[in-house]
Amino acid sequence: MADNSTQTRDNEPHAAAGCSRGRQRAVIKRHGLMTRVWHWVNLVCLVVLLMSGLQIFNAHPALYWGDDSSFDDPALQLTAMRDADGNPMGVTRIGSFSFNTTGVLGLSRRDGDMTQRGFPAWATLPGPQWLAMGRYWHFAAAWVFAPFLFVYLLYSLISTQRRRLIWPTAAQWRCLPKTIADHARLRFHHEADYNGLQKLTYVIVLFGLLPLMVFTGLTMSPTMNAAWPWLLDVFGGRQSARTIHFICAFGLVAFFLIHIVLVLISGVFNNLRSMITGGYKVDTDDTPPSEAKRHA
Amino acid sequence: MRDRKPIQPDPRRRRIITGLGALGASAALTGCDSLSRNDQLQDLLGATDQLTRAAQRLVASRESLAREFDASRIAPTMKPNGTKHPDNPEYQRLAANDFADWRLRIDGLVDRPGEFSLAQLKSMPARTQITRHDCVEGWSCIAQWTGAILADVLDAVQPTAGARFVVFHCADNTYGGPDKYYESLDMVEAYHPQTLLAYGLNGSDLPIENGAPLRLRAERQLGYKMAKYLMHVELVDSFAHIQDGKGGYWEDRGYEWWAGI
Repeated sequence: MADNSTQTRDNEPHAAAGCSRGRQRAVIKRHGLMTRVWHWVNLVCLVVLLMSGLQIFNAHPALYWGDDSSFDDPALQLTAMRDADGNPMGVTRIGSFSFNTTGVLGLSRRDGDMTQRGFPAWATLPGPQWLAMGRYWHFAAAWVFAPFLFVYLLYSLISTQRRRLIWPTAAQWRCLPKTIADHARLRFHHEADYNGLQKLTYVIVLFGLLPLMVFTGLTMSPTMNAAWPWLLDVFGGRQSARTIHFICAFGLVAFFLIHIVLVLISGVFNNLRSMITGGYKVDTDDTPPSEAKRHA
Repeated sequence: MRDRKPIQPDPRRRRIITGLGALGASAALTGCDSLSRNDQLQDLLGATDQLTRAAQRLVASRESLAREFDASRIAPTMKPNGTKHPDNPEYQRLAANDFADWRLRIDGLVDRPGEFSLAQLKSMPARTQITRHDCVEGWSCIAQWTGAILADVLDAVQPTAGARFVVFHCADNTYGGPDKYYESLDMVEAYHPQTLLAYGLNGSDLPIENGAPLRLRAERQLGYKMAKYLMHVELVDSFAHIQDGKGGYWEDRGYEWWAGI
């Protein structure tokens, strides 16, 4: 999987013949086939895992810390109760705080009737309360997601091209505050390489959140607890693992939303194409992007 | 340089990609519920049950133990689930007499079928373990269980070479329905050193709501495997003839036979 592009990349890329009318832009190949396939398989897996995961969560919509469940004192709970007028309302409890979340969390509409359920039907797979089928979807998707992730992380460590694409350079670490400021002003540079903030985000998601999802997931399995008891020590117990699994899932949701917004506002077609055909249009200016990065 | 070669943008590709994206998104949103009811898809999803079982058997040895906890970790109450008070007259009659007339029948593919009284089971070498009970719903509860080791009981009845599963038949009609609760383990889980026929909870006799007089503890499995109100243990080479043939009350209602995850 190693390639020799490190030696030759300073020769690249010059404005492509068909699209250089007045604009100093060139199309480079940004993502290899492996990354592109993984990206879209992952999208399907993560959507199924999230929605079926919410279905499973709804079977007992409460979170705890430690080995077991302190039923009287959950860290988080989605429930329903009656308000002062006797009307049902959905309640979200986080520690000692309670919020009225009627319509979304705790109490939501299903086939016209308000029903007590953790997450609403539109967010779960399948829609109706059906734990057994939620588990089938979840584990089937996990069996695709986890092996792909393992292979992809290995590839990301071994391939020099991937390493260069996702690990921030020393210069990028130094430029991080400026990069963050640029992003906050929605000022985007189209370079062959990811900027420091992008790289940092991908490293955290790839080597942090995604493996955490797999390992905290495995920690909820009683057979895995017997096989690999260290899982319980690492995450502080089965219920802690369940809570971390939940928090990381919403970390991925946050990543997903920011990712979508940035893809949309930083050149949606260019971004989409780079993840479908691999082609990505870069600003060339006077210097090649790799040079631009070095002097940034 | 193959990976950074300049390429031409193609407007047709743009339209196709946009179209496919929109199609995929709408199919995904509307299709999943009806897909969930499709038998072939259910079979495909169910195949992962076998995969999970094979993989977990690979990483967990026969003897690898579920974690046992310190007495200080025992929960104030062991949350009961499923049936809490079997309402059939036969069970109520046995309970009224403190289960003195209760007998556990063990038969099927065994050389020496027999019946065991509670006193007989209590006279066998006992194991006491403080373990975590994991419900398929997601909650966990730590309690201390005392019982006869199922492996010892099986040794007494001598399963034949053809025995592949141990089926546990229960006294209770779950949720008052027509079907009696039942469950099954394969021989590996049945012979696991922590698999008990438990008659004690937290130092006392097993209460009725937790499965008196005898329940199964299979500590590497989820709670629904651990049948309560045991009446009859049957060794079989297949459970296809029992109720809906999936190996357990909840399995017949769509849950995985392998309850290790």
